[in-house]
Amino acid sequence: MADLILKGVAKAYGDVKVLSNINLDIRQGELIVFVGPSGCGKSTLLRMIAGLESITGGTLSIDGRIVNDLPAAQRGIAMVFQSYALYPHMTVRDNMAFALQIARKPRAEIDAAVDKAARVLQLTPYLDRLPKALSGGQRQRVAIGRAIVRDPKVYLFDEPLSNLDAALRVATRIEIAQLKEQMPESTMIYVTHDQVEAMTLASRIVVLAGGGISQVGTPLDLYERPENEFVAQFIGSPAMNLLPGEIVATGAQTRVKLQNGGEVLAAIATKDGDRGMQVNVGVRPEDMLPTEGDAHVFEGEVEIVEALGEVTLLYFKRVGEAAQVIGKLPGIHSELRRKRVRLTADPAKVHLFANGRSLLYR
Amino acid sequence: MIQQIYTGLATIAVGVGLALLYFYGSNWLLDRLLPQGGADARATRNIRLAGAIRPWLFLGPAIFALGLYLVYPVIATIQLSFFDAAGSTYVGFANYTWFVHDSNIRAALLNNFLWLLVVPAASTFLGLVTAALTDRIAWGNIAKSLVFMPMAISFVGATVIWKFVYDYRGADQTQIGLLNAIITGLGGRPEAWIAWIPWNNFALMVILIWIQTGFAMVILSAALRGIPEETIEAAVLDGANGLQIFFRIMVPQIFSTIAVVWTTITITVLKVFDIVYAMTNGQWDTDVLANQMYFWMFQGTPDFGRSATVAIVIMILVIPIMVWNIRNARRETEGH
Repeated sequence: MADLILKGVAKAYGDVKVLSNINLDIRQGELIVFVGPSGCGKSTLLRMIAGLESITGGTLSIDGRIVNDLPAAQRGIAMVFQSYALYPHMTVRDNMAFALQIARKPRAEIDAAVDKAARVLQLTPYLDRLPKALSGGQRQRVAIGRAIVRDPKVYLFDEPLSNLDAALRVATRIEIAQLKEQMPESTMIYVTHDQVEAMTLASRIVVLAGGGISQVGTPLDLYERPENEFVAQFIGSPAMNLLPGEIVATGAQTRVKLQNGGEVLAAIATKDGDRGMQVNVGVRPEDMLPTEGDAHVFEGEVEIVEALGEVTLLYFKRVGEAAQVIGKLPGIHSELRRKRVRLTADPAKVHLFANGRSLLYR
Repeated sequence: MIQQIYTGLATIAVGVGLALLYFYGSNWLLDRLLPQGGADARATRNIRLAGAIRPWLFLGPAIFALGLYLVYPVIATIQLSFFDAAGSTYVGFANYTWFVHDSNIRAALLNNFLWLLVVPAASTFLGLVTAALTDRIAWGNIAKSLVFMPMAISFVGATVIWKFVYDYRGADQTQIGLLNAIITGLGGRPEAWIAWIPWNNFALMVILIWIQTGFAMVILSAALRGIPEETIEAAVLDGANGLQIFFRIMVPQIFSTIAVVWTTITITVLKVFDIVYAMTNGQWDTDVLANQMYFWMFQGTPDFGRSATVAIVIMILVIPIMVWNIRNARRETEGH
């Protein structure tokens, strides 16, 4: 249970820089989620915090103490691995007790801690089984139990749900959320590539890309006010549409003329000098609505319709080299296939990016 | 010499050719005798019949060779063990009674038991340690090749090498044995190692350990690499030190492999003969069962009955270990 501060943390393997200048201030009780595309270094960063990878630049401090060179075991952290990493030759009880046995804790104390964790995780009936006699979800709970028993300052989760099937993943995700609620003062760092996990579990999300932090914020911050095009497109599914255009009117609201012939009003203030600026207009698929009127942000022929029941996804035909535009309408709209559809957007939900950066954050 | 190599090569060529001819020819003949063309009931029946016969056709030579060179000798040996020295008169269990009461056999049994205690344990332990250590260093593969090298040397060849290590000359002569050279070089008194009762037994065991450590190392090194890296990282985070990780996380995970290595070496040890025969021929209290078997068959007064009896006893000792070993290996492959 502690604050965790990263200052200019970097990782390089020889000349290959994997991470550079990571600055992050994690407060006690937070559940921080690292997300990012594969290869962005999120797992490496987690392993550096754990002490399994060396830190080649900057400082990491836990509770005000710099722990760069402190062995993993003394940092007061516990980690839940993607592959569970249970000791296959030990029973569930011994798996959970191992750390305490190594620490030479008295027998009674170990038993009490294991029994308590087993109760919380509903593992009591399985304590004398070997891991191979457990289901995937139960194994993951044992791995979590192994962390809880140690009562660590910081919990680390490395894609803990990615080996589970879809239904179990949802159930276990909710269990982790409940677990966090039962231990409000514990600090957790959670790595995932699944944005649903990130959005539902995180108190704050750290988006990593290209060896650095792209944005840090609450899930809704990232969804509603992305700092850059990468975050805008990474959070939300399907990804946000980016439509190139030019600012034609400035003020409290900004008018943009789009290259596709449309026009859109954005509730973002701009200065007089911004007139003529080349921008990308960002609109999420779910923020575009069909219209009969003249004003539209996009018009095109629907190529593919995916009716998912609650929503319908519209994939528009590409024009030239422009990226494919995707729409998302509530309800079922199979009839729109091969039709021309005209869409508008609420000015409050339109984003503007210049050179990849949001105009909101200038 | 060259002549012999040519003969050898020619034999191989002819043998392989004949084998190919047999497999191809017998298959061709089968297809001829049971035509499988057409779609009538006869063709269907022929296909099924040919399918039932073909495995036996192909397995036939192997089964025949195994029977001739493996099964028949076992039966003949069992039979011989109930006959007298010349193998002509039935003597009941007389040879076995002799086996139980003979003092030479008892000494050999005791030595075999010593070998069993020391060699598998030492080879497996050293193999495990070298496997674990060589996995951690840059030149580990070179070290591994060096440790594995003795595996490529025949037991007799290895014994000749070690004869030079243990060699002893009279106290006034120059010691050409490596061990004695070192000892005299350091100002000590030379020792006749292979006649130094009872430690000479261990001098012989060292040779087999030297050979088998490489075998144990290779198998255990592969097993160690099969351990999931995460379980070791988890143990690191759990606060375990190097030794605790090795003995409480790594060794238990490869325990079945250790058992297989141990028992495989145990079987080799039970059959040990060449080393003892070439080094001491059982003198100075170093005799073992296999050497006794050879002694009664080919040296002194030949006694087929006694030799066969020793052979049968060795086989009976090996069988349970063999069964356990195979069962263990099978259980392990089932896990994958």
